[in-house]
Amino acid sequence: MTAPTLQPVIVGAGPAGIRAAQTLVAHGARPTVIDEAARGGGQIYRRPPAHFARSPQTLYGTEASRATALHSTLDGLAAHIDYQPNSLVWNAQAGLLDVLHGPTQTTRTVRYGQLIVASGATDRVLPVPGWTLPGVYTLGGAQVALKFQGCTIGRNVVLMGTGPLLYLVAYQYAKAGAKAGVKVAAVLDTARFADQLAALPGMLTQPAVLAKGLYYVGWLRAHGVAVHTGVRPVRVEGDTRVNAVVWSDGQAEHTVPCDAVGFGYALRSETQLADLLGCRFAWAPMHRAHLPERDSAGRTSLAGVYLAGDGAGIMGADAAEWAGERAALALLADHGVKVDAARAAELERKLTKLTPFRQGLERAFPFPTDWAAHAPDALVVCRCENITAGELRACTRDAGADEMNRIKALTRVGMGRCQGRMCGVAAAEILAQATGKPIDQVGRLRGQAPIKPIPIHLQAQATAAHDTPAEATA
Amino acid sequence: MTTTTRVIDTDVAIVGGGIMGASAALALRRKGVDVVLLERDLCGSRSSGVNYGGVRRQGRPVSQLPLAQRAHQVWANLPALIGTDGEYQRSGHFKIGRSEADMATLEAYANLSRDFDLGIQLISGTTLRERCPWLGGRAVGGSLCPDDGQANPRLVSPAFALAARRAGAQILERTPMTSVEHDGKLFTVRSGNAVAVRAPVLINCAGAWAGALAAQFGEAVPLHSGHPAMAVTEPLPFFMHWSLGVEGGGIYCRQVARGNLILGGGAGVALDADSARSERSAIATLAVQAVELLPALKNAHFIRTWSGTEGYLPDRQPVLGKSRTTHGLVHGFGFAGAGFQIGPGVGEVLAELARDGRSTTPIEAFAIERFLPDPQAAVAEVTSTAAAH
Ligand SMILES: Cc1cc2nc3c(=O)[nH]c(=O)nc-3n(C[C@H](O)[C@H](O)[C@H](O)COP(=O)(O)OP(=O)(O)OC[C@H]3O[C@@H](n4cnc5c(N)ncnc54)[C@H](O)[C@@H]3O)c2cc1C
Ligand SMILES: Cc1cc2nc3c(=O)[nH]c(=O)nc-3n(C[C@H](O)[C@H](O)[C@H](O)COP(=O)(O)OP(=O)(O)OC[C@H]3O[C@@H](n4cnc5c(N)ncnc54)[C@H](O)[C@@H]3O)c2cc1C
Repeated sequence: MTAPTLQPVIVGAGPAGIRAAQTLVAHGARPTVIDEAARGGGQIYRRPPAHFARSPQTLYGTEASRATALHSTLDGLAAHIDYQPNSLVWNAQAGLLDVLHGPTQTTRTVRYGQLIVASGATDRVLPVPGWTLPGVYTLGGAQVALKFQGCTIGRNVVLMGTGPLLYLVAYQYAKAGAKAGVKVAAVLDTARFADQLAALPGMLTQPAVLAKGLYYVGWLRAHGVAVHTGVRPVRVEGDTRVNAVVWSDGQAEHTVPCDAVGFGYALRSETQLADLLGCRFAWAPMHRAHLPERDSAGRTSLAGVYLAGDGAGIMGADAAEWAGERAALALLADHGVKVDAARAAELERKLTKLTPFRQGLERAFPFPTDWAAHAPDALVVCRCENITAGELRACTRDAGADEMNRIKALTRVGMGRCQGRMCGVAAAEILAQATGKPIDQVGRLRGQAPIKPIPIHLQAQATAAHDTPAEATA
Repeated sequence: MTTTTRVIDTDVAIVGGGIMGASAALALRRKGVDVVLLERDLCGSRSSGVNYGGVRRQGRPVSQLPLAQRAHQVWANLPALIGTDGEYQRSGHFKIGRSEADMATLEAYANLSRDFDLGIQLISGTTLRERCPWLGGRAVGGSLCPDDGQANPRLVSPAFALAARRAGAQILERTPMTSVEHDGKLFTVRSGNAVAVRAPVLINCAGAWAGALAAQFGEAVPLHSGHPAMAVTEPLPFFMHWSLGVEGGGIYCRQVARGNLILGGGAGVALDADSARSERSAIATLAVQAVELLPALKNAHFIRTWSGTEGYLPDRQPVLGKSRTTHGLVHGFGFAGAGFQIGPGVGEVLAELARDGRSTTPIEAFAIERFLPDPQAAVAEVTSTAAAH
């Protein structure tokens, strides 16, 4: 088989998707690239609307050259790919993707012969009392405001949670603030300083990345930003809007006045597409999540379906680029196209070598496994449906629910617009705590189309009305 | 020979923890009969927990109305019986007519069902527009059954199983029946080597999967699986009490107290023997029909779609009654997309059949022999296959 006979589709135009597309094109294929965003780049190299005149240096800092390289790669591919931005893949089945085009609000079906899912990640959220107040954002959301809209979430901002994004966003806010009069009131990290020290050996495998991280922390301290480690967020306070954050150091409670909060606990993979397609999932301890299975090249349990980037497990932007290229090479080779085996092996080596670093990150910024134990009964876990931790606990106690889909059915947790993409992590932690089961045993919410809400009437436009015989008479 | 970890002797064994099996278990316990129920997954996790939630008598074949009326009584006492209201409401079920011919059919049904006091009212013209300003232009009228309504199947069906357990039934979840034998007196239902349940009576409530058990006892029936497509919108301001259906089928929808509209219609696709989902074309068709029926939905979003696996027989009537080949075997399956409302009535009937060998509710129309032209031959066949083993 030659590459031009392939019918490859890539979902996601982040680092993984773009490198995958580039690799396919280099071998003579013409992939379709579908991305929900208006402009390619993904989360990290998100591009502002075209008329924004901010330099890559301002936008991406130390990553400016990487960002520019990736953007120009995508731009350079324009003539060789079928690029479909502003397009959400909302449903999938073998060989078919249903795609909603945002601006024209129409839906269409895209056929694929081979598929690379590079759907990236979103923030991993563990709520704290008061998190539904206006003025509370996720860390990623806070960063998107800055990168995409060039605005900040407030003027006196607390950044809270844990993970590399915590310090990066704090740094970006503090730097942006120097001009705009925005202040970082405090950085509150649930990880202890001792965790960071313990993690150093593993992190030394990526000295450049480690150095960047240390630089952000050093810069923040040098510029007088209060950085507290080993904290436990107690609550966000405010009447109509945030006005303070209360945190505990284990002995006493402290209050930081602020007008906005960004919080998050690293990232979680966007896996619904792989789920809808029927990929086999397995528990991945390092990611504390059920993830679609893949081999070292990105092959899933389904022939012709490949995974790359953060959507298959959070590994960061560089890994996403390598994994995208690797998956594309696997796709080509699996369909009889000759590829450079040495390059494939090198990419796999690079990816493997990242694992100790990734483990180091987990040690440096451990998931707060005691979060559920401290979550009060009144805490809202699912904000779409207003379901509290207490209601979840009562459900396991009274109805014996011990599994995610059951507790969803009985309480409505994860039944709202986000379908558990935001609240699922926290709900699983509460369920595990309430049942005394290990977290990997409480299951995962089954994916259900649409991946994100889709307008009813737009659907209607694209499809002619016809009567289908009803099986149920309800 | 491997040993079975746990052997349980009981009066009645039930296979399947849907609303049929669970309500049968509860009804049996209320009669003081010992019962063990095997459910391979979680009770109410299949059809009974994922259906549309329509609790309607209107539109059922007259042969089902005695059963539906019996169930209606049970629904009336739901909180006392199962410890939750399951969001059950007698909100009214309105069947829409889109032509004069539809209206004539609806009127004919109202007459046909008159003996059962369903309280059906035909509504059209200005009354219709006054009572439901939200209804789209294609509806010319309809038929309202005020005491029909809706409930949340996710809550109701598991609650029947919980109530049965509280009443003393042994409900074994995550316990698939892997084999069953009958020695002429006792059934032995096994779940691998983990459990063996021995009972003189066995109730087959395995839903869309009930065919294999029936066939094993020489009662192969043409049961096939179907997958009604379902979708739900984001919450909208509350505007509609009635649960809606359409004469001739196609679409049905209701609005829950939370504000979401639940819609059903068309067929989903099977993913495998156990699961199914709404298919794109079904969702698209639903969307077209939904907006036509309820223009207010024009700007709403679907947030979730799903389907389920339900058993259908060619005449769209269930098999409910005693086996013709095997003493002590009782069937209750094949509810053709409409078993939720009658479920609690079916449970009581199954309990009567199990304990007394007969039911006070007429169920002749659902006898399995309508698919077994010659029951004697079937008996002969099962004997000979048994001998061959
Ligand atoms: C909000 C946020 C901010 C981040 N900031 C940084 C940072 O500053 N520095 C850093 O090192 N790392 C950051 N990360 C992590 C970094 O984004 C990733 O490591 C990297 O971008 C992964 O690349 P990717 O190609 O796997 O996915 P992404 O870059 O996330 O790209 C995935 C793309 O797929 C699209 N997509 C997903 N699902 C669908 C669908 N169903 N239909 C159509 N399109 C879809 C998305 O819109 C997106 O454009 C951030 C992550 C997030 C979530
Ligand atoms: C999408 C959908 C919408 C519907 N809408 C309505 C409606 O609005 N109104 C209405 O009245 N009806 C409706 N119905 C029909 C109604 O849901 C069913 O008729 C009813 O739930 C059937 O109940 P059941 O107990 O027979 O089956 P199920 O609920 O399917 O229960 C059968 C059980 O048997 C178990 N089982 C199977 N094999 C084994 C084994 N070997 N060992 C152990 N356990 C086993 C299964 O796991 C399952 O839990 C709908 C059905 C569907 C699918």
